[in-house]
Amino acid sequence: MKLTLKIWRQESPSAKGRLVAYPMDHVEGDMSFLELLDILNQSLIKKGEAPVAFDHDCREGICGSCGFMISGIAHGPQKLTTTCQLFMRQFKDGDTIVAEPFRSKAFPVIKDLVVDRSALDKIVQAGGFISARTGSGPDANAILIPKEKADKSMDAAACIGCGACIAACPNGSAMLFTSAKISHLGLLPQGQTERHQRALRMVSKMEELGFGACSNHGECEAVCPKGITLEFIARLNRDFLVASVVATKEAVKKV
Amino acid sequence: MAGMLAFYHTTVGKKIVMAVTGVMMFFWLLGHMVGNLQIFLGPDKINSYAHFLHGGAAEILVVVRTVMIIAVLLHILAAVQVTLANWAARPVGYSVKKDIETSYAARTMIWTGPLILIYLVYHLLMFTFLKVGPGISDTDVYRNVVEAFQVPLISGIYIVAMIMLAFHLWHGAWSMLQTLGANHPKYNRLRKIVATGLSVIIAVGFVSVPVAVLLGFIR
Ligand code: HEM
Ligand code: FES
Repeated sequence: MKLTLKIWRQESPSAKGRLVAYPMDHVEGDMSFLELLDILNQSLIKKGEAPVAFDHDCREGICGSCGFMISGIAHGPQKLTTTCQLFMRQFKDGDTIVAEPFRSKAFPVIKDLVVDRSALDKIVQAGGFISARTGSGPDANAILIPKEKADKSMDAAACIGCGACIAACPNGSAMLFTSAKISHLGLLPQGQTERHQRALRMVSKMEELGFGACSNHGECEAVCPKGITLEFIARLNRDFLVASVVATKEAVKKV
Repeated sequence: MAGMLAFYHTTVGKKIVMAVTGVMMFFWLLGHMVGNLQIFLGPDKINSYAHFLHGGAAEILVVVRTVMIIAVLLHILAAVQVTLANWAARPVGYSVKKDIETSYAARTMIWTGPLILIYLVYHLLMFTFLKVGPGISDTDVYRNVVEAFQVPLISGIYIVAMIMLAFHLWHGAWSMLQTLGANHPKYNRLRKIVATGLSVIIAVGFVSVPVAVLLGFIR
């Protein structure tokens, strides 16, 4: 099939970008979106033009490196799918597809479709850890964890940190990401020691980095390739509220 | 105190303030609506209710009014701050963006909110301060309401305002439960139904009065 790709081209973080149209012939349904870009890049290189820069690593939907907006939807039209796992059979002959970088104040564009998502690492650094004793490995079942808790924690831990939730959110909010990171630790016994501190620190780091607030639009959940749900955002709100009350009580006690 | 300030400093804290003040306004609206509906029971009933509010319940009314004014101010302050933060979070927009899940009501909260505020001022000037509209008497509430709503333009403004309120409340009710941490896969469908039900009941309850006057059921 034949398609037209309109791709955001931007030389450098400070350069002005624009959409450039590339007609693509001989597109196969079994190509992934990134393979199509590989083919385009090959032809650009042959012509002596700069190839389109895009992030990728595993190409099997597990690392969270890839991702951009495909015709207005983060990771494209297929649900629960990363850009690397999106196949061209999702499109029709003659389609025009617009590819744009994830846009957020906290995600400056580096080049073309590549954005700097290190803001997400900073949120994790603010509280995404537990205290554990070092030394020999712990006994496998020394700490018993109810099955439902373990499952829910795993659901949250499925987050690959791709940033699609932020890109899709009308407010550019990082609540889905942060809530997944807070929850997968907060649901387990090992995560209790820092639970309050984690909620306070990760939320305030998120603010500091310039992400927006959650208006409960639900766009994040709709594009998340890993099916993280709004339930975790409600959990973040609860943890944050409880932690704030406790912190206030302690501050009052000190006075 | 430091804890409270840090709490309000975050948008999560501001949203919790909005949700709590939202719940307060919800209860207040329900009470106000039930009070209004007494107009269907005739002039004596609603006039004696108004008399009771300003007589026997005057002290309570002062407290309720003060609390509600504070709630409205906090709600607006947080709403404006949160919305400005949201707008700042995406300085460069998309050339193509498809919304999948969000609703018209959710996207227009920052517009339906201030429109409700303008309506509120108009409404207070009309029925509390008797400065606009055909308001005549501060003892005959019934006549004030009926004569005002017999003017189609006034009834129209009220009806449109209540539809806007319903939009705000529809997303608001769903959203505030989420903000306060109430989300469970088992109950989420119920949560949508409750939000829809509440906003429809409030809007229909309030709108029924001008409609009944326009149709001549109340005169
Ligand atoms: C008077 C002017 C008002 C303004 C400017 C206003 C503004 C807003 C805005 C912008 C939001 C969305 C915030 C967000 O999610 O990002 C909101 C939410 C809400 N509003 Fe209002 N509003 C007003 C009046 C009211 C009234 C009269 C009610 C009556 C019940 C109400 C109830 C709510 C509720 C329950 C929410 C949801 C809070 C949450 O998401 O947690 N608002 N308001
Ligand atoms: S490249 Fe690893 S998830 Fe797409």
